[in-house]
Amino acid sequence: MKKLYISLIFLFLYAPIFTLIVLSFNASKTRAKWGGFTLKWYFSLFENEAILQALWNTLLLAALSALIATVIGLVACIAMQSMKKKTRALILGIANIPMLNAEIVTGISFMLLFISLGVTFGFGTILLAHITFNIPYVILSIQPRMKQLNTSTYEAALDLGANSLQAFFRIVFPDILPGILSGFLMAFTMSLDDFIITHFTKGPGVDTLSTKIYTEVRKGIKPEMYSLSTLIFAAVFILMLLVNHTPRKKEKS
Amino acid sequence: MRDSRKLLSAPFLFWAALFIIIPLCMVFYYGLTDKTGAFTLDNVLAIASPEHRKAFWEAIKLSVVSTVICLLLAYPLAMILAGMKGNHDSFIILIFILPMWMNFLLRTLAWQTLLEKTGVINSILAVLHLPALKIINTPAAIVLGMVYNFLPFMVLPIYNVLVKIDSNLISAAKDLGANGAQTFLRVTLPLSTAGVISGITMVFVPALTTFVISQLLGGSKILLIGNIIEQEFTQTNNWHLGSGLSIVLMLFIILNMVLSVVTDKDGEVNAL
Repeated sequence: MKKLYISLIFLFLYAPIFTLIVLSFNASKTRAKWGGFTLKWYFSLFENEAILQALWNTLLLAALSALIATVIGLVACIAMQSMKKKTRALILGIANIPMLNAEIVTGISFMLLFISLGVTFGFGTILLAHITFNIPYVILSIQPRMKQLNTSTYEAALDLGANSLQAFFRIVFPDILPGILSGFLMAFTMSLDDFIITHFTKGPGVDTLSTKIYTEVRKGIKPEMYSLSTLIFAAVFILMLLVNHTPRKKEKS
Repeated sequence: MRDSRKLLSAPFLFWAALFIIIPLCMVFYYGLTDKTGAFTLDNVLAIASPEHRKAFWEAIKLSVVSTVICLLLAYPLAMILAGMKGNHDSFIILIFILPMWMNFLLRTLAWQTLLEKTGVINSILAVLHLPALKIINTPAAIVLGMVYNFLPFMVLPIYNVLVKIDSNLISAAKDLGANGAQTFLRVTLPLSTAGVISGITMVFVPALTTFVISQLLGGSKILLIGNIIEQEFTQTNNWHLGSGLSIVLMLFIILNMVLSVVTDKDGEVNAL
């Protein structure tokens, strides 16, 4: 019974994924017909410069925005440690706004800001927006680990002559590293999958995979898009399996 | 020492002021002024015009239905997952995060292929001599798209609270003579309220405000309030009207935020 239920939900969540994978091997150019098995879209993908450029933009945006958001979020979490409960709650509240707010509202609010500041819309505006909506995911991953920290080891390090920077990197950092990594990964994923906020903050000529797909919806999606997504999905899937199967020490809860 | 550490919050506070607070103020400024910059409530009250009211009502209807379906699907799932032996946290999160690596638009478009008149599901139904499913380009397809995209946001917060419930409480309830239903209603459910409310807000807001899912699965015949706002910004270029309508949406969102902050005081439910 339980297994059947989980399988059905699993089928529901992954049916579209399987569909896309099957479409990437479809010789027919339209998604409505099956035209036989082919690998040609996997080859033509690497000759399609527009798609490769969009892929590069997407990955660069995800990496930069996740990295900068992780630094800002981590520093904010350290600062919050020494704050009173109320100030901390206020900061967490503000940080959560982009996560709880509707993406369309966040998107148009950025659009209005950039218009008023007279900034040219392009890669930079998308990056600023992505960093902002990534910060809450980073804080949510790091903050709980910070709370569990045992401050006496940090103080002991200080007593033994370490300066605060040494004490932080030798004592605190290893403890919160899993939180930092999962925050970075969440932020990377969120940036990679975003369409709505990018839609409102992008300029002409700059495309991510999402915005490129959106403009292709009416004309028909290029089959190379399916092969590219299949490759990305397969790569991540294998990576995740490897990470999950690497033996590691049991975490203390 | 403590004071110097507090200074570390400066970069974040500067960032938040410039990119969170000021942009939201801009929405309110545009929404409450006309093209000459004079104060007006017209843009907000425009929600009452027949066209906008219809789109708003449609969005509320579909998002409420989707949220209820998500809750009904997610709660049993979260219970099963939480009841599994051993620590499966990372595996469970992985299962729900993994689909996000296939683009959101492509995933939603794939449902077109699955649901079409001659699509995958109908081909299977035809083989089984079952009647065809005619839901593509209807509100039902939009609800399906919403449930599909937002279900993980309901499962994860409920799972997070359920795994933290002390199993001794459940055993105690049973020892004291409660049957399964009583234990669930009196112990498990009340202890998981924070997760349920967080899940509801995480699903309701994006469902209420989406314009992509309705565009891709509704066949551009069904306009939701999100579609209207998107058009005001990217096609009609009437930012004042678009902002005014967004203010109405934000009232719902703020209500939602207050609800989730009140019930999730420690900010632990959403923690991943």
